[in-house]
Amino acid sequence: MSSEQKKEITVSAKKEIQPGSGEPITQGVLFVPEVDITENQDGVTLTADLPGVRKEDLDIDYREGVLTLTAKVEPPPTHHRLTYQEYEVGGFQRRFTVGERVDIAKIEANLKHGVLSLFLPRAEEHKPRKIEIKA
Amino acid sequence: MALIRWFGESDPWRLMERQAEQAQREFQRLWGNLGMSQARSSLFPALNIYDDGESFIVRAEVPGVDPKNLDVSATGDTLTIRGKREIEPAGKECSYHRRERSGGEFRRAFSLPDSVDTSKVMAMVKDGILEVRLPRAEAAKQRKIQIQAS
Repeated sequence: MSSEQKKEITVSAKKEIQPGSGEPITQGVLFVPEVDITENQDGVTLTADLPGVRKEDLDIDYREGVLTLTAKVEPPPTHHRLTYQEYEVGGFQRRFTVGERVDIAKIEANLKHGVLSLFLPRAEEHKPRKIEIKA
Repeated sequence: MALIRWFGESDPWRLMERQAEQAQREFQRLWGNLGMSQARSSLFPALNIYDDGESFIVRAEVPGVDPKNLDVSATGDTLTIRGKREIEPAGKECSYHRRERSGGEFRRAFSLPDSVDTSKVMAMVKDGILEVRLPRAEAAKQRKIQIQAS
């Protein structure tokens, strides 16, 4: 990597993932959640709208600089017949490339009122260590 | 409610289908003049309306809306959903990389059909989904009529 550290989170999101391309059909439609991403010296904060997502149905995966959010949404009970529709019910997925060294152990996630707040703390710089010489 | 015409069909599924179609037509007759378009709404929040036979169920995606900032009222024949979505601004030392979410106040109102018992309307919010349950009035419920043997 060049001397200029890449600091921005870049988005590589799909608009909608169609079933049939290796995706399990039962998962149904996946949508791209709307997010806010802010950064300060401590790290990066990601806020995502995930209406209808329960804690146990949200999967946050961070590996090799790629953050993936996958959320399942319970469809309404089958005896609830849809009579008027303005929005579609489906899961959410979005992938981000994080150009920061993240301290994985200190990632914090909080889901409240259908909004995920995710804090990715910046990894501490490689601190110089004093090496003890044993006698 | 109009009578279901009997087509002499013995298949109960066909009959149920027919009844469902009819219920849908009835629904559209009652709710069709709400001024809401069938297309994706540009209003917040977007609404879906379900029918479970007992009640109409209105659902809306309201992520990030604190339930205490949400007000649902049924007055006369009007249901109003009103609220405020608060988005915390980033701190002073923060810079934005993405800013897709927006906050603000919202209000949606629509008229209810007579067949809804407005005194029994219930609303709840869970995981950013608002659910308003509008029970059908007793008089509007389907009843089976017993035939007495003479």
